[in-house]
Amino acid sequence: MVQVRIWGSLAAATEDQTEVEIEASTLRELLDGLAARYPAMRPQLERGVSVSIDGRIYTENWFTPIHKDSEVVLLARLKGG
Amino acid sequence: MALDSKSELREFKIVGTRPLRPDGIDKVTGKARFGADITAPGMLVGLVLRSPHAHARIVSIDTSRAEAVPGVHAVVTRADFAEPGEDVADILDNCMAGAKALYDGHAVAAIAASSGKIARDALKLIDVVYEVLPHVTDVDAAMKPGAPVLHEGRTDETVPEGLSPNVISRHEFGHGDIEAGLAQADRIVERTFQTEATHQGYIEPHACLAQMGPDGQADLWCCTQGHYMARNVCAEILGLEQGQLRVTASEIGGGFGGKTTVFLEPVALMLARKSGRPVKMVMTRSEVLRATGPTASSSIDVKIGMTKDGRITAGFAELRYQGGAYPGSPVDMGSMSAFAPYDLEHVKTIGWDVVTNRPKQAAYRAPGAPMAAFAVESAIDELARGFGLDPLEVRLKNAAREGTRASYGPTYPAIGLEATLRTAKDHPHWSAPLGENQGRGVACGFWFNFGGDTCVTLNITPDGTVTVSEGNPDIGGSRASMSMMAAEELGIPYEKVRTIVADTGSLGQNEVTDGSRVTFAVGLATIEAARAAIREMCKRAAMVWGIEPEAVEWVDGAAQPAGPNAGEHPPMTLAEIAAIASNTGGPIAGHHEANPEGAGVSFATHMVDTEVDPDTGAVKILRYTVFQDAGKAIHPAYVEGQFQGGAVQGIGWALNEEYIYGEDGVLQNAGFLDYRVPVASDLPMIDTVILEIPNPGHPYGVRGVGETSIVPPLAAVANAVSAASGVRMTSLPISPPKLLAALHER
Repeated sequence: MVQVRIWGSLAAATEDQTEVEIEASTLRELLDGLAARYPAMRPQLERGVSVSIDGRIYTENWFTPIHKDSEVVLLARLKGG
Repeated sequence: MALDSKSELREFKIVGTRPLRPDGIDKVTGKARFGADITAPGMLVGLVLRSPHAHARIVSIDTSRAEAVPGVHAVVTRADFAEPGEDVADILDNCMAGAKALYDGHAVAAIAASSGKIARDALKLIDVVYEVLPHVTDVDAAMKPGAPVLHEGRTDETVPEGLSPNVISRHEFGHGDIEAGLAQADRIVERTFQTEATHQGYIEPHACLAQMGPDGQADLWCCTQGHYMARNVCAEILGLEQGQLRVTASEIGGGFGGKTTVFLEPVALMLARKSGRPVKMVMTRSEVLRATGPTASSSIDVKIGMTKDGRITAGFAELRYQGGAYPGSPVDMGSMSAFAPYDLEHVKTIGWDVVTNRPKQAAYRAPGAPMAAFAVESAIDELARGFGLDPLEVRLKNAAREGTRASYGPTYPAIGLEATLRTAKDHPHWSAPLGENQGRGVACGFWFNFGGDTCVTLNITPDGTVTVSEGNPDIGGSRASMSMMAAEELGIPYEKVRTIVADTGSLGQNEVTDGSRVTFAVGLATIEAARAAIREMCKRAAMVWGIEPEAVEWVDGAAQPAGPNAGEHPPMTLAEIAAIASNTGGPIAGHHEANPEGAGVSFATHMVDTEVDPDTGAVKILRYTVFQDAGKAIHPAYVEGQFQGGAVQGIGWALNEEYIYGEDGVLQNAGFLDYRVPVASDLPMIDTVILEIPNPGHPYGVRGVGETSIVPPLAAVANAVSAASGVRMTSLPISPPKLLAALHER
């Protein structure tokens, strides 16, 4: 299980928990796990999120590894100019 | 992708030098081919009819009189486009209005004619019947119940019930307990800040040339920050297969985020399809300002508590951004970045995305962050000065460092904010004397970087020169930096490498040139492509020498035996290997395709001196210094240019630039005479200090540098004006009449 920190406005989808535990060893498993366990989070996951894993930010690479002691933080999907 | 954190150990020969820019001669001699310079035989001129109303239902459009004009070859309205997919629906509606015109300048029809005069005359013959609707252009007004409604049903699940349908989404970030933090403060500053929408102000208006054959094969030439994006979006809107649409990016006269979407391109392709002729479209400056994508405007409440020794005990901000007529303002980015430079136990931001009757906002350098930094950095400055504290020391005391939990969630790895602050404090600028009516301001800024899909092909030519093909339009010197990184890796002179921006048929998918990603991501791919070519060249040398490839190493541009056991062979240079490539297996190339994520974040500190004219309210910039972490500056002159450009655009945002709408919702200043960007004579030389704290996620330590530099200047200038005048300005731009009125009220 990895600890996942989520941002405030998503807490409505997790019964106000700002940290949740998901069984995941990759980014894809993480996102799938969140969608399965917290269906109310699906609209945001479909709109897109970025994920900080140990301080580095990922958005697309499904098979980015996540270790059990990794710091995992869900972020709004990054945009740039 | 393997990451290499040894960049600080590497000694570079080419990286870090300042070779001549490869596009320089063409640009200064007028030979560079920008979007409007592309022509084709039989080309028609395409023009757009735009709504004169801020908000109106389109009752009917009769194009028959225009179509009857000799020389008119096609007329296009929304009826010509198929129902779009959800992901491009807003983009198409912005390019060509559907049921409603949602802002002054919204496209409602387009004509392709054999001359500009014919097209202009024919536009006047298109009969559009509008039902004018109430409009709203202010973000706070748009949020109120009872405000004119642009769309029904676009609000997402994050928005509480009872708000205007113009409120699209709510975003909340932070940690800790704000009230508990504020209770620890010796003083609390609570202010509301406003910023107006500004435009990127790129010199080159949008332009494109489209042609489409009866077989469905199409070509598009356009000025864009992302021709792969243009291909994919246009293909979906036009119902084309992506492989049948080849897009070539022209030279680009500035983008800054504003060319990360399409405006004319789908319309030009539709006109080309209907007319069977190439169609060229070029916007006027007025069209650029009315109908492309400026920034969001903002209204931000900030509440920050501080102890008398300068420790921030809590930071709260509620940000309201209007992003024009469609969802998607960068308020989420503003909410994440507002307090990112600081190590705070109690921090919270709430962001609201709101639609109004303005053009759909587009990205603009660090989208969403400059306005948030203006609010937060102004409040911190007010607190510091109120306690009589050094504003740089206050920022140092609260600065985020390695191990700090960022306000938006993650724990920072090694970052460079503290280094920028310490360097600023030690810089002669900080202790330089000031005169009467002069003041000095500082501010910090933060921005993310990201990677994205990237392809690079590196070809070794028979004479030993090298061409690098990348898929990202060069908006900030990427051709030079790619050539430098390729030359560094290959061990050959910079002049032996030429980098080109290839069309969409030549490489795989490439993400847009945005997010300060290109030097990071394309640079990484270029290095890997060079390494692939080196492996192949070592293999060819091994064949010639009759030894194993593993027994060959690449040193200073040549293959050589890796050790005494490999035998004695004189080194074979790249040129020597290239010359016999046909005899050793054929042409040699290296390529790399990846989605290199994991980019680092970036920080800057800006320092500015201003002088306020108490009689007129005019503000003069006397001195300006940028301190920013570049990770590793590949071509320092370009990095300095990015720092300077961001600072200047931020100065314009702070002092002069604004979208001014009349009561009728029509843009009042759609031209560079009335939309005032700073020019060279308004400014001193912008000094720069490049810091290099290597990014462990890049082989050379590169961090993106293109965006962070626009984040601090709004606040830095406002803080300097406050120091010079004793007046705290909470609304941008700080134009002379606005400042003069504040001075009189003092």
